Amino acid sequence: MTHLTTKLALTALIGAGLVFGSIAEAAPKSGGVLNYVVGSKIPSYDGHVESTFGMIHPIRPFYSTLIRVNPSNPADPSDFVCDVCEGDVPKGEEGGTKFTFKIRKDVKFHDGTPMTAHDVKATMDKVVFPPKGVASNRKAFFRAVESITADNDYQITFKLKFPTGTFIPALALPFNFIYSKKDLDTHGYQWHKKNINGTGPFKFVQHQKGSFVEGVKNPDYHFKGQPYLDGIKAISAPKLAVRVQAIRGDRAAIEFRGFPPKHRDDLVKALGDKITVQESDWNCVLMMTPNHKVKPFDDVRVRRALTLAIDRWGGSKYLSRIAIVKTVGGVVYPNHEFAATPQELSKLAGYSKDIKGSRAEAKKLLKEAGVNLNFELHNRGVDQPYKVVGTWLIDQWKKGLGAKVKQRVQPSPPFYATLRKKKDFDVSIDFNCQSVINPIADITKFLSTAGNNYSQGGDAKADAIYAKLEKSADPKEQRALIRQYEKRVIDDAMVAAITLWWYKINPHRSYVKGWKIAPSHYLNQHLDNVWLDK
Amino acid sequence: MTPPSETAAAEIEVEADFEELAEKKPWYIRTIEMARQQPLAASGFVIIIIMLLMAIFADLLTFFPSEDNDLEYMLAEPGTIHSDLELTFLLGADQFGRDLLTRIVYGARTALFVGFTCAIIGSTLGLILGVASAYFGGWFDLVVQRVVDVVMAFPLIILALAVVATLGPGTQNVIIAITIPFIPQCARVVRSNALAIREIPYVDAARALGFSNARIIMRHMVPNVMAPYLIMLTSFLGQAILLEASLSYLGMGVQEPTPAWGLMLQGGAEEFAESAPWVAIWPGVAISLAVFAFNLFGDGVRDTLDPKLRSR
Repeated sequence: MTHLTTKLALTALIGAGLVFGSIAEAAPKSGGVLNYVVGSKIPSYDGHVESTFGMIHPIRPFYSTLIRVNPSNPADPSDFVCDVCEGDVPKGEEGGTKFTFKIRKDVKFHDGTPMTAHDVKATMDKVVFPPKGVASNRKAFFRAVESITADNDYQITFKLKFPTGTFIPALALPFNFIYSKKDLDTHGYQWHKKNINGTGPFKFVQHQKGSFVEGVKNPDYHFKGQPYLDGIKAISAPKLAVRVQAIRGDRAAIEFRGFPPKHRDDLVKALGDKITVQESDWNCVLMMTPNHKVKPFDDVRVRRALTLAIDRWGGSKYLSRIAIVKTVGGVVYPNHEFAATPQELSKLAGYSKDIKGSRAEAKKLLKEAGVNLNFELHNRGVDQPYKVVGTWLIDQWKKGLGAKVKQRVQPSPPFYATLRKKKDFDVSIDFNCQSVINPIADITKFLSTAGNNYSQGGDAKADAIYAKLEKSADPKEQRALIRQYEKRVIDDAMVAAITLWWYKINPHRSYVKGWKIAPSHYLNQHLDNVWLDK
Repeated sequence: MTPPSETAAAEIEVEADFEELAEKKPWYIRTIEMARQQPLAASGFVIIIIMLLMAIFADLLTFFPSEDNDLEYMLAEPGTIHSDLELTFLLGADQFGRDLLTRIVYGARTALFVGFTCAIIGSTLGLILGVASAYFGGWFDLVVQRVVDVVMAFPLIILALAVVATLGPGTQNVIIAITIPFIPQCARVVRSNALAIREIPYVDAARALGFSNARIIMRHMVPNVMAPYLIMLTSFLGQAILLEASLSYLGMGVQEPTPAWGLMLQGGAEEFAESAPWVAIWPGVAISLAVFAFNLFGDGVRDTLDPKLRSR
């Protein structure tokens, strides 16, 4: 009996130890500096203007936003929480046309000035209603906004022209940095391109161009007890191999954009349990855009033949082993309720699993159009995943259509210039990368009026469907309209084609805790919940 | 005392004997003798000939398609057998399942095409510019040499990168980018030789006879600076191959799916260095071997044409 009691007591002791041990392990620890590598440059510090992770990863921790994607559940596209607002994110009054936010009273800018609703209004005015000559990259996301009013120092109200499901996700965009009204009034709208004064968890210390950005813990941060880190250091490392080696050699703990599968495997093989891997579908897709103003791509039969010849299912199976692409999908982010099911996809041109049948149809279309394809594929000089997918597409068209395709690769600035200004391409690799999953806003790329529709064409029927969709408040109707829109833009009118959706792989040092992968490399980058288990 | 007529006859006889002796040696004997005198150059020459044959007869020498993907065999190890084609990936396959040996053989085409085109055009334009600069002298020489100074101030790869960045990637632009830096290098070397030739009386004689400048340059000066020209040309061949590979490696040269050694390294070196090292090793070996061969051959040419350099 005594023996049994001793055994039970020991078991209970060990059990309690394990439980308390795991609790102790789960409790965030304060201290330490997070070193992370960034693979792109910082064009400017202004979040309202820029759209690159090269700016977001090093600069986002210095700023707050009105609301944000829940850092504990970033994978959920509809889970938003307050950042500088109080309580829950409002649901919307007056039939979803009025949103009132209470502003926290304990938020301070890094220069010591208290933040009020007037700062939020000044910021959102700059984003939504920028004065002439002032750039705002996400102005189009707020087309429904009629007015923004600061009711008092701690309350702000947005009035919409019509109810829309795109407003709250747009408000949660990580680029909507809250700026001080005083800075905007005193220094003008260009000041934030070169200067930083935010309310974020870290204070800006220094930026050595081409080398690193350094930040230190903000002791006045409005989420008490956070951030856990003493500081951050974003190290610039444009070469992928350098970034991988930085993590391997523990010079950096994490890279937030994502690594190709082979590098994940190499790191895991070399470091074992010292490496933790987080993976997720990515709200980013590579597209293939024909130039509708260049013959023979002005003919919808030729454009449809191009998409019909692509074996997306086969490509997914193999390319996912060597590139950061994986998921076969339509125009909507694959894991969203509005996304097409595999059955719905199989009815679209180029999505059938019978690739021989698709290619036979493609050849028939080309024959009808009297075209022998011989053209140039315009591509971006970035390996992952642009050049990998480009090489794969050329092979698909050669095998499926007997097409002779040359590849013209350009570095990023001239690549964008070709798409946006020169427009002298036959068919180009294109992309649609978004942050917060907001399908109704994300699919605007195919509209004939969209600034980022580089096809120089569009479809009037698709535009009309979208006009209905934008004003619909019923999710069922929205889903049905999206299906109709999808059928038009990637099949019947083939404005542009979806190739494969990206797949995010983040291997990082296991001592990095608190950071959860999101379906976008722009999200969950404020780093206030990250801690080091060292 | 032998009469002068007899001495002359004897000399003629001796010369005839020498010619006869020389003629008696078959070509292969003379080749072997040359190879013995210049064994390193000969081995370089053999490698160049093998590369040339590879480039010309690539279609006959290979059995896999050079550009078609075969994703089922992506990163296949050396020795893997292709079950449908019943062929072996002797050197393995790349990330798109393409046979590495086939792409190396076809890659020789790209390397040699770019190498020979750049070297020939670059050194020939340099020859003309250098001789003209030396012959005309004065302000023309001054201007040309200052321009040459400016261009030569930039390292070869930097200048080539700048040209490609301006014109854009692609085989044609790579040729232009590599050729431009070669011109002043050759012009400078040729000019120094041509300056000495300009002072020799036969050039004055030609001018006194009323020959045109073009005729004097092309008929009387250029043939006498062929030695430095040929030396520069052979040294440019290796440099051009290396530069083409460098530009392709940096993503600014030849583009996929064209087989090119530098491009093969670019696609595979970084990502698969650990899991599939053969993707990077074989194109690297091909580049090294080609540059080594042209350098050895170039040294041999230099030693033959300019024996004074041998002792240096």
